[in-house]
Amino acid sequence: MSAKTSFTLDGQTLEAAEGETIWQCAERAGIDIPHLCYSKAPDYRADGNCRVCMVEVEGERVLAASCIRKPTEGMVVHSSNERAATARKMVMELLVADQPPRESSHDPNSELWHWAEQMGQTASRFPARRTPAADVSHTAMSVNLDACIHCTRCVRACREVQVNDVIGMAGRGAGNKIVFDFDDAMGSSSCVACGECVQACPTGALMPARGVGKVIPDKKVESVCPYCGVGCQLTFNVKDNKILSVEGRDGPSNSERLCVKGRFGFDYVNHDHRLTKPLIRRSDAPAKSANIDIDPANPYTHFRDATWEEALEIAAQGLTRIRDASGGKALAGFGSAKGSNEEAYLFQKLVRSGFGSNNVDHCTRLCHASSVAALLETIGSGAVTASFNEARHSDVIIVIGAHPTSNHPVAATFLKNAAQRGAKLVVIDPRGSTLARHASHFLQFKPGRDVALLNALMHVIVAEELYDQQYVLAHTEGFEQLRDHLKQFSPEKMAPICGIEPDVLREVARLYAGAKAAIIFWGMGISQHIHGTDNARCLISLALMSGQVGRPGTGLHPLRGQNNVQGASDAGLVPMFYPDYQPVTDTAIQNRFEALWGASLDPERGLTVVEIMDAAHAGDIRGMYIMGENPAMSDPNTHHVREAFARLDHLVVQEIFLTETAFFADVILPATAWPEKDGTVTNTNRQIQMGRKAVDAPDGVMPDWWIIAELAKRIGLDWNYAHPSDVFAEMKQCMASLNNISWPRLERESVVTYPCDGEDLPGNDVIFGNGFPTPSKRGKFVPASIIEPDEMPDAEYPMVLSTGRQLEHWHTGAMTRRSETLDNLEPEAVASLAPLEMERLGIRPGDQIEVATRRGRISLKARADTGIPKGVVFVPFCYAEAAANMLTNPALDPIGKIPEFKFCAAKVEKAAPPAAAE
Amino acid sequence: MAVIKSGIRKFGHPGKGVRGARYEGKGRQVEPEALREIQTLLGDRPRRRDLLIEHLHIIQDNAGHLSARHLVALAQEMKLSLAEVYEVATFYAHFDVTADGDAPPAPLTIRVCDSLSCEMLGSDALYEGLKGRLDSSQVRLVRAPCMGRCESAPVAEVGHHHVVNATADNVMDAVNKGQTHPEIPSYVSFDEYIKNGGYRILKACINGDTDIEDIISALEASELRGLGGAGFPTGRKWRFVLAEPEPRLLAVNADEGEPGTFKDRYYMERDPHRFLEGMLIAARAVAAEECFIYLRDEYPGLHQVLAEEIAKLSAAGLDAGTKITLRRGAGAYICGEESAMLESIEGKRGEPRHKPPFPSQVGLFGRPTLINNVETLYWVRDIIERGPAWFADEGRNGGKGLRSFSVSGRVRDPGVKLAPAGITVNELIQEYCGGMAEGHEFKGYLPGGASGGILPASKGDIPLDFGTLESEGCLIGSAAVIVLSDQDNMRAAALNLMRFFEYESCGQCTPCRAGTEKAVKLMSAPVWDQPLLRELSKTMMDASICGLGQAAPNPLLTVLKHFPEDLTEETR
Repeated sequence: MSAKTSFTLDGQTLEAAEGETIWQCAERAGIDIPHLCYSKAPDYRADGNCRVCMVEVEGERVLAASCIRKPTEGMVVHSSNERAATARKMVMELLVADQPPRESSHDPNSELWHWAEQMGQTASRFPARRTPAADVSHTAMSVNLDACIHCTRCVRACREVQVNDVIGMAGRGAGNKIVFDFDDAMGSSSCVACGECVQACPTGALMPARGVGKVIPDKKVESVCPYCGVGCQLTFNVKDNKILSVEGRDGPSNSERLCVKGRFGFDYVNHDHRLTKPLIRRSDAPAKSANIDIDPANPYTHFRDATWEEALEIAAQGLTRIRDASGGKALAGFGSAKGSNEEAYLFQKLVRSGFGSNNVDHCTRLCHASSVAALLETIGSGAVTASFNEARHSDVIIVIGAHPTSNHPVAATFLKNAAQRGAKLVVIDPRGSTLARHASHFLQFKPGRDVALLNALMHVIVAEELYDQQYVLAHTEGFEQLRDHLKQFSPEKMAPICGIEPDVLREVARLYAGAKAAIIFWGMGISQHIHGTDNARCLISLALMSGQVGRPGTGLHPLRGQNNVQGASDAGLVPMFYPDYQPVTDTAIQNRFEALWGASLDPERGLTVVEIMDAAHAGDIRGMYIMGENPAMSDPNTHHVREAFARLDHLVVQEIFLTETAFFADVILPATAWPEKDGTVTNTNRQIQMGRKAVDAPDGVMPDWWIIAELAKRIGLDWNYAHPSDVFAEMKQCMASLNNISWPRLERESVVTYPCDGEDLPGNDVIFGNGFPTPSKRGKFVPASIIEPDEMPDAEYPMVLSTGRQLEHWHTGAMTRRSETLDNLEPEAVASLAPLEMERLGIRPGDQIEVATRRGRISLKARADTGIPKGVVFVPFCYAEAAANMLTNPALDPIGKIPEFKFCAAKVEKAAPPAAAE
Repeated sequence: MAVIKSGIRKFGHPGKGVRGARYEGKGRQVEPEALREIQTLLGDRPRRRDLLIEHLHIIQDNAGHLSARHLVALAQEMKLSLAEVYEVATFYAHFDVTADGDAPPAPLTIRVCDSLSCEMLGSDALYEGLKGRLDSSQVRLVRAPCMGRCESAPVAEVGHHHVVNATADNVMDAVNKGQTHPEIPSYVSFDEYIKNGGYRILKACINGDTDIEDIISALEASELRGLGGAGFPTGRKWRFVLAEPEPRLLAVNADEGEPGTFKDRYYMERDPHRFLEGMLIAARAVAAEECFIYLRDEYPGLHQVLAEEIAKLSAAGLDAGTKITLRRGAGAYICGEESAMLESIEGKRGEPRHKPPFPSQVGLFGRPTLINNVETLYWVRDIIERGPAWFADEGRNGGKGLRSFSVSGRVRDPGVKLAPAGITVNELIQEYCGGMAEGHEFKGYLPGGASGGILPASKGDIPLDFGTLESEGCLIGSAAVIVLSDQDNMRAAALNLMRFFEYESCGQCTPCRAGTEKAVKLMSAPVWDQPLLRELSKTMMDASICGLGQAAPNPLLTVLKHFPEDLTEETR
């Protein structure tokens, strides 16, 4: 227990906890001391520079800044005597002297003006300094340094909180200036537009662009971000039923932080492409073909408006007709990892009980299916064993095959925080990223050689007896078999294969095994290979043998991609499991669900995403229902997928926009966007969070849960839900993971982590401290051997194509490319190449190039990227005009059934100049 | 959908695509050629963050400026962000950061000192005189703060060569002759120092023949105090640091920048090993693993001397496991403030730290750190050798010990005057400086450099020592005494000093950053707004983070108090 310090403030005796400042104690005592450079937001270090919080400490020559000064036993402090008050007022007068007048200021409601008013010091007798010019170069934020008070909150925001390291305080004295990089315009700097500085600025010097920060919102709605699996809590500022701006909220996964998408990417909701009426394919529409292309602004070339009644009726009839004629296995459904838990649950229930098969899957198949398969096989649970925030307790952090700075930007900030604190960050990836600068070790290994590298690390740990003998004995099985297997993987033998020097492999192995607490994060660089399950098995073995699971700061954390991919999987939106990973092949479990749902269920596993598309192509699947997914962009070998869609007899798509998948629909059901509905989502940390409706959906648009239920009724199911909370209540009946987590509790607390041991207990951040949910209660070692990628480069296709995401765009771009800010930041398709590779190919940055594989060819702009290794071309898959998945290889991992998005043979050529006639 | 050549279907897309995509990563990218240049320049030097300023010096010395392309490459090489490099480079006056497309500065720079002593002795005329005679494409002429050679004012620095008692003629002479290298003083060599009994005490400490406790006791008995300006009892400081857990460090403040001060340079230029021995004894006393000497960049000749002499004593094994690191300042007065100095040694902007914690607890790189001034360490050998009474018995008018007064301005014989503590300025001028300069009548004096305030001749009998001047709103500080005469205007002097503080303020806290700037504006007005200046001064003294802002109003307030006749409009 830390000792309390007793001191006197303005005559009151106060107790300060360890580390507490005078300011914090004063606040608790209800004494309002002004503050500007000090922010109460989490993780903001007090800096004590503005001096508007000065107090007098008896016996000291000068005043003290209460925000940074800690009381000592018996200290006598005066916050309101004349000396302190005079100094504070004078400081404010100095600051106000250099401000634009309040009436014309950038933020008349800023903290600065609030305190100036409180102190009665809104005017100044001092001459003003020269006014710096405004910088409006950035699409999302404006920089008005005429209002800057040099408090460095933005510097701390950028450097210590988000660690994006763009903002600095340059110059000296009165010439001090907030700068981006080398005093560059914000818009051309390395700024990643997280907006943390805007949120931190107390004066209006940094503001959202176009003056939206000055508008007073009608209401503030507490919700959660719909983009990635981090699940940042946020507040929607709503004015006139539109989202005006967004602020980070103090959620467990984000501590008020957001990224560019979560802060500036919500105008898609109001995009004029929004579907607001049900659409039915015109009988005179051109025949479906893989090359169909419809202008999302004008669906009427192929569709006609319909009433909900007609659309639902036709949608249901098409499905029942196929079911009744060809059986339930001729139907399939793709649910969405972007919807709520309740929607995912309803969707799989509809497919299972309404279609009569387990042909239900979603994009988890494309991201972490192999990771989940390996985790279930070895430790009996597919979710993370610890939240990413546990990195704060780690002394070694491995990030492998993941680019969190682009794909989980807010999670990345916590990893960078840990590195700043002194934790060793080991980044293992063929592709460099900004995270690598913070790494103590950056292993830029050869693409697809994960197993060689990881087995070499384990070889060292075993050979040097660095493994945790006690842990292995107590909590694992199969170690001897793995130990023998690893003998053939010495660093010397693996170095030429994986491209990392033996000494480095040894160093990293020792570092990890010897750490007090080490945690592993991985992304799709691990999972999206035909050996994705093997890759994940290696990581699990590495953690198990080192005993780096189940304690604070340790664990296995596959960074989940979509905002609700964890929740959708938990809710059973996968072909082999009912909710909570209960196998469909287990008769007892089947009986339970049949009883609960009042339907007879198929005892066979269903098909997975790629298998479903193949079956559709082959004509075995005739009809589909797709909600909030865009496989025509996201699935490998997209041309083949689009051909399959064209062959379907009946396709029902539930969407907010006319996506590339909706091009093939027979019926389109216009649905709600995330900020328009209530529902829970589960992030990568197993945190179930409450999403609340912030704005009304456009007229004619219906909530997703309602649409699913209405369709269910029309295919013969007796459903009766009035609200998502009813669905959640039903889910609790079949999902033990929701024990002690109720809808009212989620409404009250906004977030609860599962598993949770009591109604009044927080959920468990770190799990498996004492064994695993496997039959033996032990974690299993599964040895992995080296498998070559499915399609190796050759003379014709000499390069490696790797695909992935960009910071600014989400998934297939359906939402983000319709956000003005995000579209301005990343407006067109690019392929990234190493500068040296470009030199070799005779390509200059910005040239139009063509990337081709055995499956297709796309044309896009070349971008020089020093992080890309030679021989590799990286293409993000969000651009419809140059869809990367036209090129990717659909070869599957045999266990996870995940395609090899991260590796196929490709060639890159400079594009021929466009023909003059066009 | 358009079909373009080679059969690629170009599908439509939902983006507006108003802008074109970037051709490369966000922000400035490294030029491979610039990276190669930086790698070659840095060679196998470590890329540690604390070496940032040292590395910037290497580039500045080599290229004559810091170009954006080199700084981008340096950032990459050191694994630092662009902002981290830029904010440090732009903090220090001796780095010339050039933006894209800016012409690099002329190959040669002349700095003309415009601090008070030099200004009194004609630096303005010198600057103006030189301006007309220089080819600006070849030579850049700039004003600069105190160069620590005030006894020979005015001073100009040609490249790294200091011209003392400078005139336009002798400066042009140096330019024309290409005299741009630092002048190397003649000093007591290592061998000579050893021959005369040097390093005997250090060796005795190393061998264990001398008890560290005896050394600290002797220092306490000698009443030696911190001679950088704070006057903290040296022995007690060593004990404080010794009480903190290991590992500990030692930092020597050789950033003598207080205008009018030049005693540390004086001693290091004459007898560097006496100082180095004191430093190594201190290091042994507090068991410091490493000594950092932070030397101001205005002393380039000394940098060379110290580098060579440290190498010699290391070769002789006298460092006995204590690493000695010589660090170069880069033109920032604030780095003489001890915690700002620590920041600068760590390769950062020289922004003072908040206290507590004190450097003795949390200092350099977060470790307990003993910080001593050069002169303080210089006396250690003598005090041990001659016994504490030798030092303690000196003193006058109640003062104890010896003080090295840096005397400049209107006296006949300026220079470093080793005199008893507590001597008055009248005594100092008469007994040590040969009286006032010809034709000058004593009007007032700065007892302690720019921060120490200004006293009138009528207060010429106050003993000069720690604690004797505070009641007058003054400080002895580093004992830099600048003597002014009837030919000097106190309003101009106060403005000169406030400009200096404005220029040298780190800018971290509002009272100092905005306060010095506003004060200069108010003091430049035809008539001073005296009540507002007084109010402002009070807050600067009460609410600034460090001594710079707290002491900056001293000259202003003392001029208001003692020289009202100089503030009338006619006397401007």
